[in-house]
Amino acid sequence: MRTNLIASLAILLAGSTAALAQSASDEKVKIGILNDQSGVYADFGGKSSVEAAKMAVEDFGGKVLDVPVEIVDADHQNKPDIASNIARQWYDTEQVDAIMELTTSSVALAVQALSKEKQKINIVTGAATTELTGKQCSPYGFHWAYDTHALAVGTGGALVKQGGDSWFFLTADYAFGYSLEEQTSTYVKSAGGNVLGSVRHPLASNDFSSFLLQAQSSGAKVIGLANAGLDTANAIKQAAEFGITAGGQNLAALLFTLAEVHGLGVEAAQGLTLTEGYYWNLDDQSREFGKRFFERTGSMPNMVHAGTYSAVMQYLKAVEKAGTDGTEEVAKALHEMPVDDFFARNGTVGANGRMIHDMYLLQVKKPGESDEPWDYFNVLSTIPGSEAYIDPAKSGCELVQ
Amino acid sequence: MTMIFGIPIQALLGQLLIGLINGSFYALLSLGLAVIFGLLRVINFAHGAQYMLGAFVALLLLQYFGINYWLALFVAPAIVGIVGAVVERTMLSRLYKLDALYGLLFTFGLALTIEGTFRYLYGSAGQPYSVPSLLAGGTNLGFMFLPIYRGWVVVISLIVCIGTWLLIEKTKLGSYLRAATENAVLVQAFGVNVPLLLTLTYGLGAALAAFAGVLAAPIYQVSPLMGTNLIIVVFAVVVVGGMGSIMGAIVTGYMLGIAEGLTKVFYPEASNIVIFVIMAIVLLIRPAGLFGRDA
Repeated sequence: MRTNLIASLAILLAGSTAALAQSASDEKVKIGILNDQSGVYADFGGKSSVEAAKMAVEDFGGKVLDVPVEIVDADHQNKPDIASNIARQWYDTEQVDAIMELTTSSVALAVQALSKEKQKINIVTGAATTELTGKQCSPYGFHWAYDTHALAVGTGGALVKQGGDSWFFLTADYAFGYSLEEQTSTYVKSAGGNVLGSVRHPLASNDFSSFLLQAQSSGAKVIGLANAGLDTANAIKQAAEFGITAGGQNLAALLFTLAEVHGLGVEAAQGLTLTEGYYWNLDDQSREFGKRFFERTGSMPNMVHAGTYSAVMQYLKAVEKAGTDGTEEVAKALHEMPVDDFFARNGTVGANGRMIHDMYLLQVKKPGESDEPWDYFNVLSTIPGSEAYIDPAKSGCELVQ
Repeated sequence: MTMIFGIPIQALLGQLLIGLINGSFYALLSLGLAVIFGLLRVINFAHGAQYMLGAFVALLLLQYFGINYWLALFVAPAIVGIVGAVVERTMLSRLYKLDALYGLLFTFGLALTIEGTFRYLYGSAGQPYSVPSLLAGGTNLGFMFLPIYRGWVVVISLIVCIGTWLLIEKTKLGSYLRAATENAVLVQAFGVNVPLLLTLTYGLGAALAAFAGVLAAPIYQVSPLMGTNLIIVVFAVVVVGGMGSIMGAIVTGYMLGIAEGLTKVFYPEASNIVIFVIMAIVLLIRPAGLFGRDA
């Protein structure tokens, strides 16, 4: 009886180690796209990011190391707890190898911490906080499309140069907003300007008039919108209504992309300066992707969608180079390989996981200036990656020594 | 500059006025909810979706038929009201005999379906709707710049709120409605078509929500999410006012709008929960709500 029990235990144990060995290099490479698919950021990333990821897999040939590549996706509703639960389930029971996109900074930080613990790769394209590659960096975590520092240097820098030397911030009340406000403030101050104050609003506020009135009475030359998505669109619309823009105060939409310009309309958005890591109408390469993406989704991609494509593509290349989907090997390859595709020009990956690439300072065209639908931007300048992003050595990430 | 609690009085006045503007939306929406709950005993979770539908119908009328804001102000609520009446007649009315929970679940499901469909069709970033040219621009009140359109919202919503209250409290039709709430069987015995009354009431409630939606369209992005963001607050307003109390819903709507406006000055981070804090306190002290009769 006793020996029987021990024997069956041994068999069970043997079975489970066999299962473990199998999942380390199972017959599939599975990538999870986790983002907001129904809330304020659903157009910013959303289902279109999933589509971009699928395009990357198809363009790669659908297979890597002779095993099929599969994309799974889920809606995290901008809630870190929901996101962590999904991520844990994906890693523990569904053999997901890497999680990407991760719009919303609070979510991205939570999932990156979990991925670090589980020794899995995550590539963030949708979230902005530099914490991801700063104090909370992970040897398996990568940050792809943009970050708050790049936005501060791009949009913030452009407005300071135009004479906007006093600022007031409308800040989304969570990790992303703080990070964006702090970095833009630092940048404004280092350029000789000053910050008169700020007000923090809850995520997904409908009405910004109270906050805008406070910004208006501050007398600041520039009102920095350290928020994103539908929040920024509503703030811009209501600022026009309250005569703020007509009164000579400038708006700095610090995180504003093609998707939000489309939603707001060129009429209301004209003249806004913004920073993106990708614009579809930049050159032949970017146009080619933009048009294919448009055929599938009915809208042109912004930097989050294009960045997600680039991240998935680079991940697959890294798996191929490493010859395995093992986390350590793939992470090493991702750190070493240069990134050069229609999205990232001159891209390199720092030891802190930051993908450093050129950014673009863009301005929304006036109505009537557009030659074709979705042709919304003039490119004002290219910001070299070394200026746009924090030097990894100064990022505060413990992995850089 | 005169200061109150460290805030310039001009800023305070401005925030009070803004609170009043937002309160107008709360009042209009909670009014519709209160009417429906008072007469049908249905907790209409689809109210936010009907508000959103009002805004979208106005937008689509403009895009496809060139119908301007002024006409849309009547046409859009009429369309949504009729849709509401059809839904009540064909589906919701079957649930009256059951527990009130079923009505709630049904309208909740309806709201999710409508919002999901619009999100699928139009995305979540929403679409812009311009302010009608007659109401464009603004005027400087000395302490703040008041967009004319927002002033219009306060005036028209007050008129509609008072009008609805008069309709229910002071007219013959209103007395039938109230009587049907008290004792439907008896009223039917007098030859009044009670099911028709209930259908009309639900249609009216939906139309009020849609009316608020049209009013909101030029201020906010017309987005499938616009109702979801608002509906929970509006429920809190109805609870604070007293479930089913029409005057309570109106007065509380404006009051909570102002309370929220003031919070945005003193402690902005709490502005989205202050209404719920007030709700909790009111429920502790007066469980029937400020204007509700004890059951």
